[in-house]
Amino acid sequence: MEVHRPQKRASSSDVVSNATIPLYLTAPPMEVRLEEFELFAIDRLRVLKAVSDGLARGKNPKEMDNLVDNSWKEHMTVPDVSEMFNKDIISHFVLRLVYCRSDELKKWFLSMETALFRHRFRLQKPESLKEKLRQVERSLGQNSPDIEPIYYKVPFEEVPDLVAGRRVFIQKGYAFVAGSQLVSLVVTQFRSHLSKALILTNRKWTTTIREREKDRLTPIVEGLSTSYLGPDYSQSNEYADISLKDIDQVAKSSFPLCMRHLFEKLREDHHLKHGGRMQLGLFLKGVGLKLDDALAFWRAEFTKKVGSERFDKEYAYSIRHNYGKEGKRTDYTPYACQKIISSAPGVGDHHGCPYRHFSEDNLRAALGRMGLSSRGMEDVMDKVRNKHYQLACTLTFEAVYGTSCDAGINHPNQYFEESQKILKSKTPTAPV
Amino acid sequence: MTREETENRGEDMVIDVPQTTNPKTKIENPDEFNVHYLRIYYGNMFPYTDIHKWLSYGHDGKHPGCDEYYFGRREFSFTLENDVYLRYKSFKNASAMEDAIKGSFPYKIDIGAVYSVDPDKRHAYAQTGTNVFTPVERELVFDIDITDYDDVRYCCSGADVCSRCWPLMTVAIKVIDTSLREDFGFKHILWVFSGRRGVHCWVCDAKARRLTNEQRSAVAEYFRVYKGNENNARKVALMGHSLHPFLARSYGDFLQKFFERDLQATQSIFSSKEKYEKILEMISDEDIQSELREKWENSARSSLSEEDISRTRWEQLKSTLQSKKQKSAFSLMNLKIPVLLSFNLVSNVPGSNAAEVSKQMNHLLKAPFCVHPKTGRVCVPIDPNNCDEFDPLAVPTLPQLIEEINSGGSKMDVDDDVSERNLLGRSIKFFRSSFLEPLLKSCKEEIESSYNTKIEKSKDSFSW
Repeated sequence: MEVHRPQKRASSSDVVSNATIPLYLTAPPMEVRLEEFELFAIDRLRVLKAVSDGLARGKNPKEMDNLVDNSWKEHMTVPDVSEMFNKDIISHFVLRLVYCRSDELKKWFLSMETALFRHRFRLQKPESLKEKLRQVERSLGQNSPDIEPIYYKVPFEEVPDLVAGRRVFIQKGYAFVAGSQLVSLVVTQFRSHLSKALILTNRKWTTTIREREKDRLTPIVEGLSTSYLGPDYSQSNEYADISLKDIDQVAKSSFPLCMRHLFEKLREDHHLKHGGRMQLGLFLKGVGLKLDDALAFWRAEFTKKVGSERFDKEYAYSIRHNYGKEGKRTDYTPYACQKIISSAPGVGDHHGCPYRHFSEDNLRAALGRMGLSSRGMEDVMDKVRNKHYQLACTLTFEAVYGTSCDAGINHPNQYFEESQKILKSKTPTAPV
Repeated sequence: MTREETENRGEDMVIDVPQTTNPKTKIENPDEFNVHYLRIYYGNMFPYTDIHKWLSYGHDGKHPGCDEYYFGRREFSFTLENDVYLRYKSFKNASAMEDAIKGSFPYKIDIGAVYSVDPDKRHAYAQTGTNVFTPVERELVFDIDITDYDDVRYCCSGADVCSRCWPLMTVAIKVIDTSLREDFGFKHILWVFSGRRGVHCWVCDAKARRLTNEQRSAVAEYFRVYKGNENNARKVALMGHSLHPFLARSYGDFLQKFFERDLQATQSIFSSKEKYEKILEMISDEDIQSELREKWENSARSSLSEEDISRTRWEQLKSTLQSKKQKSAFSLMNLKIPVLLSFNLVSNVPGSNAAEVSKQMNHLLKAPFCVHPKTGRVCVPIDPNNCDEFDPLAVPTLPQLIEEINSGGSKMDVDDDVSERNLLGRSIKFFRSSFLEPLLKSCKEEIESSYNTKIEKSKDSFSW
């Protein structure tokens, strides 16, 4: 395996900061166990998601350094150094496969990997080296106040971000890059290499790999980009246990906007199309609605429109199916935000993510009904405009319940549980 | 065209010309731009050969290193009468381009990027599934419009320009041209009058043509001092304690003098509340804002001229910023404000909307030597070294050019012999001598040297 390693291995106790950062120039020719193939990728994905979340929240470079440091330690660190190095490389190449498949995926992966690389590079702390060099100088009795600054003269095209911010001196086409700005130079190279590599990977994927691996890797690869990495909400837990009579009240107090909307539409029209039934039905299952209650709930509404005979014939099956009582008997899990956001509701559909799929006017009206102030609404709309739908939902949560939600909303059932936690702690005797 | 000798220089002469050229057509508004003038212009005056030579970048030669399909992969677009807009046109060579232009007399010709494949056949390639139709080369361009400076332009509005506000363009040309050459090291830069109220800049060095979108954005951002947009009050962006060399040079060499001498004289930018409020809004320190506002609102109407009031207030603004310096820790920055304010006002380059054309490879920009349909003026090159002398209102119009031909002032149809005495000839001559010839020389060198390297490489591989 050919991997470019930075020249110097710094030496301090901090594992993360000093682990070698590969440039991922060639794929590793080693054997990878199938389960590691997926597990490593999921771990890396967690780091990239954290990076994406941090950037979307507008964290400054220092905060991002910490975030990357912590997140890397949490998900990517294994005791053995060479194992860790392998995990880093394997997970990167697996995700290349996953994220080469569309322009949107490519773009996301490219920016997150570049950001990750940038902060890992920054974490290598050239300061400590400088301090050592200074120490040597002092030991030699030389009293220079500072190390001679080193500048790298490079074509200006290689440091576009420094040029854009006028953070370098440029003369006759050459930028003079200070040692401390070296990261820009390396990151640009990294980014352009990865960008080209993703195009090639895409070509290979569509021409050969997808077909050849259709029984083995393809399902894993295709599942990974939409996979949900949060806790499992398929089984209801202590907070989530609702019965039919409470459902209206709970919907008002604890449902996220997407589910409130479906719920209200169901009450209004006594009908929901398939997408809506799936999204709301699985959510209610996660919330703790038992199968019998669920059947009663849906029947009560649908019979007003289609009659009970048709309900039993056409709709009851799919509700039992959701609960794993029919067909393959798989116990289906509630949809996570990512799946909901990437759905494509058509005419007459009410599922999907309101922050993404509503018009601005409709969304404002809906948020108004949730009791958001105009100030809070602007914050939410700002996130929406920047396409950070989950953050918009998180801000709505924070505005409604008046507490911060640092973890961010990743799942409608998580929204529900967090909300129940808060409401229960406020009024311990209140019925759920 | 048959060249008619016309004795009388009367008013009706202009009307006569198109009729003698093409007796079937009737011209009702001879002073305006119309398709009949355009026929004559494209028929006899448009410098096809020069445009082809330019956009071939040496690849029209006989050298084995030439890419004979280079020109054919360039996108052109035509805007026809009635706003019919045709994109992705391409031409094999100069005569194909000439035929197409003479066949449709476009009101506007735009030049786009050089693509990986012939733009005209892009659909055929699209069938293959892989996305091979992508822009591969494009001049680095800037589109600067006088309306970018409306914050400090009180003599004209909208599309109008006059000799009082045109110098704003001139100073923008100087700032950008100097930086493109000194900082970025570009050599082959063409400035063109846009025909009405702005200028276009074409940076044609090989390196400039191959910049990625990200790198183009970086250059455009380098020139941009303020951040913000229509919805967002513009604030002068302040960082650090001293000025970037680019800003310092621009201010010292061009902006300060222009701002304090010319702009105050022509626009009196502080003389009324309406005017100075726009400037106060850019100062991020609210204390300073309100202090100055108070001072200026209460100043009694003196007998001073508008210009003097404006000058006095500028001095007050500078001294207020200076005095704040002693009080706060961050105040070193305030020293920079006059510099940045003036930069912001005088040279906010390029305008927020126009910036896109600089940042994206596949955007289009109007070709030099087109005729502006509203003014009838030809988009002639501007000499950046003598841009002070350029007068947009003296640029020849189609009727003038046609009058000149008919009065026997030129022999445009005889080969490509352009004369100094000819209105358009001067511009074509300037285009050739100061832009095209040096450009082609360096293109030739580049083609030869890259060919030689290729030969060397293949020799190396043979020797094994």
